[in-house]
Amino acid sequence: MTFLRIVLFSLATMFAFTLFANILPQVQSDPPKTEEINESTLDVAGQIAWGQRLFSGRGTCTLCHNDLGRAPDLLQMDLATAFAERIADARYEGEAAGQSGAGAIETYLRESMNAPSAFVVAGFGKKGTNDAESPMPRVDAAPLSLTETETNALIAYLQDLAGEEVTVPLPSAADAQDGADGDGDEAAEEEGPSTSAEDIMDRLGCAGCHDLFGSEADIGPDLAVAAQRLQPEGLRTAILDPNAIIAEGYEADFMPDDYAEQLWVSELNVMIDYLMQLEGAETEQ
Amino acid sequence: MQCRQSCGQACRRALTQVMRPACILVSAVVFATAIPDLALAAGEALPAPVPTPGDYPRIGGMGGRGFVWAFAQMHLFLAAFVLAVPLFVLIIELLGVTTKDPRYDAMAHEFMKISMAAYSFTALTGGGLAIALFLFYPVVMEYLMQVFRGQTLIYAGLFLMESLCLYIYFYSWNALRYGNRKWFHLSIGLLLNAVGLTLMFVANAWATFMMSPSGVDPQTGAVIGTVWEATRNPLWNPLNLHRFLANIAYGGAIVGAYAAYRFLSVRTAKERSHYDWMGYTSNFIAIAGFLPLPFAGYWLMAEIYAYSQQMGITAMGGVLAWLFIIQAVLIGTIILAANYYLWCGLGRTAKGATYAPYVKYIAVVIVAGFLVWVTPHTLILTPEEIRILGGTHHGFLGPLGIMPAKNTAVNLMLVATFLSFQLFYRSSREPTVSWARTGNILIVTLYVAGIINIVAAGIYGYITPTVYKVGASVPQVVTTVSIIVFALIIDGFMGRGAKTAKVHWGRMSTRSQYALFVLPVAFTWLMGLMGYIRSSVRTHWHVYTIMKDASPEAYIPTIGQAGNAITLITLAFMGVIVFVFWLSQLGASKQAEPAGEPAE
Ligand code: HEC
Ligand code: HEC
Repeated sequence: MTFLRIVLFSLATMFAFTLFANILPQVQSDPPKTEEINESTLDVAGQIAWGQRLFSGRGTCTLCHNDLGRAPDLLQMDLATAFAERIADARYEGEAAGQSGAGAIETYLRESMNAPSAFVVAGFGKKGTNDAESPMPRVDAAPLSLTETETNALIAYLQDLAGEEVTVPLPSAADAQDGADGDGDEAAEEEGPSTSAEDIMDRLGCAGCHDLFGSEADIGPDLAVAAQRLQPEGLRTAILDPNAIIAEGYEADFMPDDYAEQLWVSELNVMIDYLMQLEGAETEQ
Repeated sequence: MQCRQSCGQACRRALTQVMRPACILVSAVVFATAIPDLALAAGEALPAPVPTPGDYPRIGGMGGRGFVWAFAQMHLFLAAFVLAVPLFVLIIELLGVTTKDPRYDAMAHEFMKISMAAYSFTALTGGGLAIALFLFYPVVMEYLMQVFRGQTLIYAGLFLMESLCLYIYFYSWNALRYGNRKWFHLSIGLLLNAVGLTLMFVANAWATFMMSPSGVDPQTGAVIGTVWEATRNPLWNPLNLHRFLANIAYGGAIVGAYAAYRFLSVRTAKERSHYDWMGYTSNFIAIAGFLPLPFAGYWLMAEIYAYSQQMGITAMGGVLAWLFIIQAVLIGTIILAANYYLWCGLGRTAKGATYAPYVKYIAVVIVAGFLVWVTPHTLILTPEEIRILGGTHHGFLGPLGIMPAKNTAVNLMLVATFLSFQLFYRSSREPTVSWARTGNILIVTLYVAGIINIVAAGIYGYITPTVYKVGASVPQVVTTVSIIVFALIIDGFMGRGAKTAKVHWGRMSTRSQYALFVLPVAFTWLMGLMGYIRSSVRTHWHVYTIMKDASPEAYIPTIGQAGNAITLITLAFMGVIVFVFWLSQLGASKQAEPAGEPAE
C-alpha cells in the first residue's frame, strides 16, 4: 500500500536524524551557580582559586579569552608587560593613567571589566567602531551581573597570573550577607547548599563510580583509602581537578572535572569532612 | 453580450462596495504595530518582576517547558504552512491571469484547499500555546503583556481578520473567477497576505524581544519605551526575513508531498500529469525560498554577533556548536533530494535526456560539498572537554575558523542546485535567436568563472590569519547571486521566440516522488532544530539580560534530548498533515448514487 510505504519511509528518514542527534556528544548546559562566600574564600589563596573558577565558570570569560583570537588570550600572554603597556598607551585615558605598579593594574583591570569601552585593546574593538567600542560585556551588568566581591576575586586571579601583588580586598563574612541582600533574586533562586554529604554525593553521582553508601561500584578507587593518603587538601584537588593527580592503576579523564561548577564551597567541605570521617572509621576497625 | 455588461456593472458596484471595508482593513494592518502606543500608554515604569522557583506552577510534578515547547513548535509549523501557501498561491493565481492558462488557476485553488483544513489546527495550537504560557509562566507573561500592552489585542483582531480573508478568498474562488471579478479576488488575496505577514511580524517581535530586548530599562527591565521600540528590537528584521523565506520553502515542501502522494495514488494519465506538474512547481517554490535562506541566516547571525558577541559565540562556538553539524546534514539532505528530483525530471523531455551525462558532475559537486560541510573541525570533542573549557566553548570548534571551507561548499551546492533547475528549464526550449551559440558559451563561462571565484575566495579566506574570516564569504555570496541573476537574464533573452519542446508531465518514476517526501520531513525537523537553538541562545534567561529563568528547567537540554523532542513534535505534525490531506481529498469525493433509487 502506497500510503504505508510513504509513512514508513518518512519515519525512517526522521529516525536517521534523531539517531544522529543522539550519537553526537551530549552536553547539558546548566545555569551558572553563584558561589557562596565562606571560610575557604576568605584567604588570598582561596580568593585566587575562586577567581579562577569564576573565570572559566560563571564569568564565562574563557568564551572569548582563549586562543582563537576573539579577545586577548589572558591565560597565555605576558600579563605584567601587557597591562603596563596598556596603561602607558597614548590612547589610554582611563583612571589608571599616569600610575604604575600593582595598584594601577588593579584599577586597569576593574575598568576593563566594568567599563570595557574605556580602553579597547587595538584590533579587538567592535567591527566598524575603529576600536572605540569593546565587544566585551560589562561584568557588573546583566547577563553576567558579577558582584563586587566576585570582580575582586577575578582581579586577584589575574593579578596573581601576572605575577603581581594581589591588592584587592579579601571578601569578608559581611560580604556574604551583603551579597545575599543586594542580589535578592540570586539568593532566592538558588536552593542553597546542602549539608548532607549523602545528598550531595547522591546528586553528583559519586557512588556510581566509587564504593559509597554500599554501592560497591569499582570504576574509581576506594575513597576511604584515598582520604587516608590524600588528607583534606589532597581530596579537594582530587575532586576539583581529578587529572592533577591520577590514582595508581586508574586512568585519567574518567572522573568528571566540572564539580567545581556544580558545588557550593560549603558542600565541598561537607563532602571532604565525610570522606575524612570514612577514613577514620576504616582505621578504627 | 448584455449579460456580460450587467455582470460588469454589478462587479464594479461590488468592487466599490467591498473596497471600502477593504481599505479600512488595510489601514488597520498598517497601524497594527503603532496603535498600542496611542491607545494604551505605558503605566508607571515598574521594574520587571523577578521570578522565583515558586513562580512556576507544576502540574503532577511536571514543569511546563515540554508543553510550551511542543505547542509553540506545532503552532509554528502550522502557522508557517498556512501563511506561506497564500503567498505563492497569489503569485500562481496571477500567473494564471497573465498567461491565460487555466491550469495555473486550478493548481492555485488546489494548493489553497490543502492549507484551509490546516488553518483551524493553527488556531487550536495557538490557543494551546497561549494557555500553556499563562499557566506555566505567569510572571514572564505578565511582564511581556506589560511590554507589548495593546499589541496583543491587535494581534487577536488580526487573527480574526486573517480568518475572514482566508475564508472569503477560498470560498469566493469560483464566484470571482473571470474579468474584473478576478482582480477583485486577487485583491482579497493581497489583503490576506498583508494581514498574514503582519501577524507573523508581530509574533516575531515578541520572540526577538526576548532575545534582544529594547524599549525597556537595561538595568531594571522597567518598561520605559513605546511598544514600537520594543517591537523594533535589533533581531526583529533579520528574523522577519529569515522566517519569511523559510516559510515559503516550507510551504512548498509540504504541498509537494501532497502532490507526490496524489501522483502515486491516482490512476489516469491526465491526473498523473497534473500532479507531476504540481509536484514540480512545489519543488520549485521550496527551492526558490530555500536558495536565499543561507544568506538570510548570515544576516541573522551577524546581527546576533553585533547585538552581543557573547550570544553569538554561545550559538556558534559553545555548547550548541554541534547543532550546526546536524543542520548541515539536514540542509545537505534537502539539497540532495531536491536535485535528485530535478535530475529524474530531465527524463520528461527528449532534450533533457541528453543532459544526463552532466548530472554526475553536479552530483559529485553536491556530495563533495555535503561532505565538507558535515566534517567537523575536530572529531575529538567529548562532553568532558567542553566542560573543561568552562562549559561554554570549545577551542577547536571555533566555527569562524572553519567557515571558509564550509562557505565554499554551501555556495557551490547552491550553484549546482540552480544549474539543475536551469538544465530542466532549457531542456524544454530550443532557442531560435541567432546568437544562441554565443549565449551558451556565455553561460558556461559564467559558471566556470563563478565557480573559480568562489573557490579562490574560499582559499583566500582560509589563509587569512584573522578570525574574522566571514569577510571572505561576501564575494562568494555575491558570485553565487550573480551567477543566478545573469544566467536568468541570458536565458530570458535566449528564450525569446524559442521553440518549446513537449514536456511529458507524468513521465516520472515512483522513486523520484520519494524525494518529495524527504523534503518536508527534513524541513520540519530543521525548523524544529532552529527553534531549539533560537530559544537556547538566551541561555538561562526568559528575556535576555532582563529576566532570569528561575525554574528548575532553566538548563539547555542536550542535543539528543532536543532531537527526541523534535522528532515527537514532527510526528504529531505529520499526523495532523495526513489528516489535513485526507480532509481535503474527502471534500472532493462523492458517494455514488445507490442504484435503483429515484433521483430527486
Ligand atoms: C564576549 C566576549 C568577552 C567576554 C565574555 C569577556 N571578554 Fe574580556 N575582552 C573581550 C575583548 C574583545 C577584549 C579586548 C577589547 C577591550 O580591550 O575591551 C577584552 C578585554 C579584556 C581585558 C583587558 C585585556 C588587555 O589585554 O588589556 C580584561 C582584563 C578582560 N577582558 C577580562 C575579562 C574577564 C575577567 C571576563 C569574564 C568575567 C571577560 N573579560 C569576559 C571580550 C570578552
Ligand atoms: C565517572 C566515574 C566517576 C565519578 C562519577 C566520580 N569519580 Fe572520583 N574517580 C574516578 C576515577 C576513575 C578515579 C581514579 C583516577 C583519578 O584519580 O582521576 C577517581 C578518583 C577520585 C579520587 C582520588 C582517589 C585517589 O586515590 O587518588 C577522589 C577523592 C574522588 N575520585 C572523589 C570523587 C567524588 C567526591 C565524587 C563525586 C563528587 C567522584 N569522585 C565522582 C571516577 C569517578
